[in-house]
Amino acid sequence: MSDGPAGAPRSPGELMRVFSALALQGFGGVLPVAQRELVERHRWLTREQFLEALSFGQVLPGPNIVNLSLIVGDRFFGWRGAFAALLGLLGLPLLIVLTLAALYGQFASVPIVAGALRGMAAVAAGLILAMALKLVPTLAWNPLGRALSAAALLSTLATVGVLRWPMAYAVVGIGGAAFVAAWWRLGRKS
Amino acid sequence: MSFSGADWWPLFAHFLAMSMLAIGGALAVAPDVHRYIVDERGWIDDTQFNAAVALAQSAPGPNLLFVPVVGYAVAGVAGALVALVGMLIPSTAFALLAARWGSRRRDQRGVRAFVAGMAPITIGLLLSTGGLLAMPLARIPGAWLLIVATLVLCLRTQMRPVWMIAGGALAGAFGLV
Repeated sequence: MSDGPAGAPRSPGELMRVFSALALQGFGGVLPVAQRELVERHRWLTREQFLEALSFGQVLPGPNIVNLSLIVGDRFFGWRGAFAALLGLLGLPLLIVLTLAALYGQFASVPIVAGALRGMAAVAAGLILAMALKLVPTLAWNPLGRALSAAALLSTLATVGVLRWPMAYAVVGIGGAAFVAAWWRLGRKS
Repeated sequence: MSFSGADWWPLFAHFLAMSMLAIGGALAVAPDVHRYIVDERGWIDDTQFNAAVALAQSAPGPNLLFVPVVGYAVAGVAGALVALVGMLIPSTAFALLAARWGSRRRDQRGVRAFVAGMAPITIGLLLSTGGLLAMPLARIPGAWLLIVATLVLCLRTQMRPVWMIAGGALAGAFGLV
């Protein structure tokens, strides 16, 4: 291909270092950093290849960014690359977050610490709600149509968020019904 | 109900299942992790669960890291590793197999119908996660203020989340929340 990416990692070790560096820059989400580093800075992937890996990673079960790192690592060095990328992505951030958790455990009863954590939890709730609200407009283009999309969204919120049913029921039941509806609508259009 | 030696397998098995259900990001499974670990098993309480998610969001790295932090709160470092490894094994194995098989098939009707069908469910799960975190704070007016301020900043500005988390920590440390 003439419009392929300009660069490639030289070794699984380099893959691990780059994923480590991008994970450490990712506060509240690693994906935007991943695009900047992998596409614009190191040029291991073209923008289209990145989008392709990302959308495929989203279809698969498991966290998107983990799937993306596995797919990118696998592309260059097979399963060795996949594990190097995964280790880079999770290794140092895991050490940092467990250190924080251990410190929190030591000082959880100190009022200032407990207060700070409550403040952070409130912001975390806001961040997650905002992430969800920003995704709502994308449903306008969903093959399901607005009414069915809204029905699937609200019934998931009601069963999992309010009634606290096990999520498997919602994902399999509501997700299954939404899949069948989308399948039917996609077929009717073409 | 504290954690005992017989609980290692249920802890591990729960995250094995969560791994395959995590469509649309790790935070989408937070309501079910809460339902099982806090409501059903009582291994940790609401405050510890909220702290785990808040800590994971305040540290660099993927949101997935709330999983080992919950595991740590349940059973220390070993709990963290058991939870994380459980969360990674099934989806990783599946992703590696599927990456080779399916990346050329993504335009097929089945794949497109799956993506379309899952999109509203992911949003519903994320809203549930946000509500779950907000619930224990519901009686604190300052917490509502922080949640609304975060929403406005996220939807109206390009401010980086790490500054909002820092602001929330400061506000809480000074007794607003």
